[in-house]
Amino acid sequence: MSLRSGALAGERASPRSRWLARRLAPLLWHLPMIAGALVLSVPLAWLLSTSLKLEGREFVIPPEWIPNPIVWENYPTAMTTLPFHVYFWNTLIVTLGSLSGTLLTGSMAAFAFARLRFPGRGFLFILLLSTLMLPQAVTLIPKFITFRYLGWINTLNPLWMPWWFGGGAFNVFLLRQFLMTLPHELDEAARIDGASNWRIYWSVLMPLCGPALITVAIFSFIHSWNDFLEPLIYLHDAKLRTLALGLRGFQDLYATQWTLMMAASAVIIAPVLILFFACQRYFIRGIHLTGLAGR
Amino acid sequence: MPRRRRLLWTEYRDAYLFLLPWLLGFLLFQAGPMIASLAISMTRWEIVTSPEWVGLGQYVNLVRDDRFYLALYNTAYYVVLGVPTHLAIALLAALLLNVRIGGTSLYRTLYYLPSITPVVANSILWAWIFNTEFGLLNAAIRSLGLPAPFWLQDPAWTKVAFVIMSYWTIGAQMVILLAGLQGVPDHLYEAAAIDGAGTWQRFWNVTLPLITPSLFFNLIVAFIGAFQVFTQAYIITRGGPENATLFYVLYLYRAAFEDFKMGYASALAWVLFLLVLLVTLFQFRVANRWVFYEGELRR
Repeated sequence: MSLRSGALAGERASPRSRWLARRLAPLLWHLPMIAGALVLSVPLAWLLSTSLKLEGREFVIPPEWIPNPIVWENYPTAMTTLPFHVYFWNTLIVTLGSLSGTLLTGSMAAFAFARLRFPGRGFLFILLLSTLMLPQAVTLIPKFITFRYLGWINTLNPLWMPWWFGGGAFNVFLLRQFLMTLPHELDEAARIDGASNWRIYWSVLMPLCGPALITVAIFSFIHSWNDFLEPLIYLHDAKLRTLALGLRGFQDLYATQWTLMMAASAVIIAPVLILFFACQRYFIRGIHLTGLAGR
Repeated sequence: MPRRRRLLWTEYRDAYLFLLPWLLGFLLFQAGPMIASLAISMTRWEIVTSPEWVGLGQYVNLVRDDRFYLALYNTAYYVVLGVPTHLAIALLAALLLNVRIGGTSLYRTLYYLPSITPVVANSILWAWIFNTEFGLLNAAIRSLGLPAPFWLQDPAWTKVAFVIMSYWTIGAQMVILLAGLQGVPDHLYEAAAIDGAGTWQRFWNVTLPLITPSLFFNLIVAFIGAFQVFTQAYIITRGGPENATLFYVLYLYRAAFEDFKMGYASALAWVLFLLVLLVTLFQFRVANRWVFYEGELRR
């Protein structure tokens, strides 16, 4: 690399224009950022707006952004036309069942990969990562047949039980990345004091993994809450439906009543958004841990 | 020495005990089903009947099935149009937010938010936005004096509509790219500035090479995801109009869980697996021409 002549020309600009550039540039930079934020926020704003309109008012042209009148009743109406409270409990069972299994068995696998030496570690880790690239659709049918054989079709079991078997490659990977950042002196000190691997896992390392465990818990929660294909395949009884499946049932019955459909959608989206706002910093941290996956 | 050995054995044993749930899960829900699915694809099996061995018969059926080619074409269309443009927009957004000025964390939140909304709710919302007469998008298009397409009724537009809808969730890729961008060390930018590199040159010669690993990771994940597009088509268009959104996994789902043709659906699944595998391997092969790993510098 050579220093070309005139390379520092930009540095010789007058003080006045430099002041302008330093003050004005950030302000100008906000404009495209705001534009992007507006474009991406419009759909949710539209959802909220439609959900509060009087039936029929959603077809007014040009569209009204502020509903007139504001019809809060759309929400209770939408929630009671189908038993959404039942769907809510089903979703909660599936979500919490998956989440606890993921946290326990996922962190166990991560601990082995990050902290223990054993023959086959490299190979098994590659195997784990390669499952990240396995299309879900390929294992769908044999899994369905297995669960049918077990008599689990039309129960919630197939939706949460598998998460007790390792908690998914992505989560193991994330926890392992986090464990790698903790100093090895912790394990060694505990080992000298005579602690077993189980004790090191449970009493020394897991208490330090709080942030990573919360990140995994959030990812797991969102996955189970949003999942559609698996509930669609395994659940047939209306009273077993999860929220995602219930919403689709709602769409079947009220396809043209946009105000009610938007209200129902809003109710199902809301918990995920609330969770996100409450735990934002853990999200960002988790993404930093996995985001450099390519390196 | 024997004591050390004993300790080592304890460590091996414990390691496998810690891995046991995952190993069982791998065998029961991944490796096992993979092999089973290959076996099932060699049978004719309507689930209530008992399976009948047909060898490669299902694959022969598949090669002769027009719907299979149509589903493949629709999916390829969606992948080829959607994945690169989606990634490019996500990169643009990441570059936009990779500045040290106040308020970026708020923007980051707003950009990321749509990515975590349930896809069923998303699909219903976008069905409303794409509504020909009363949808928001066509209202905007008409106000500009342009002709408004029949997004969800015109086979020429539906796949494009699905791609547009996917742009709403660029946030997931954006945050990963943002993490990559923030990993580019300042001293490289400074060195480039001293060498007289302009903004564009700095982007092209410093930023871009250093985030190629993040781009590559996103590309792989996005390809595998887009190949399996399902819920949107199932909810919004149910494969229509005129099968324009009959995507591969939707076709597979119908074969397996509506027509109960387990053998044929498993053959479809294995072809999908091989396709995804081939494309992924191809991408890994091409990767060493454009993906730059910083570690290689030090070698």
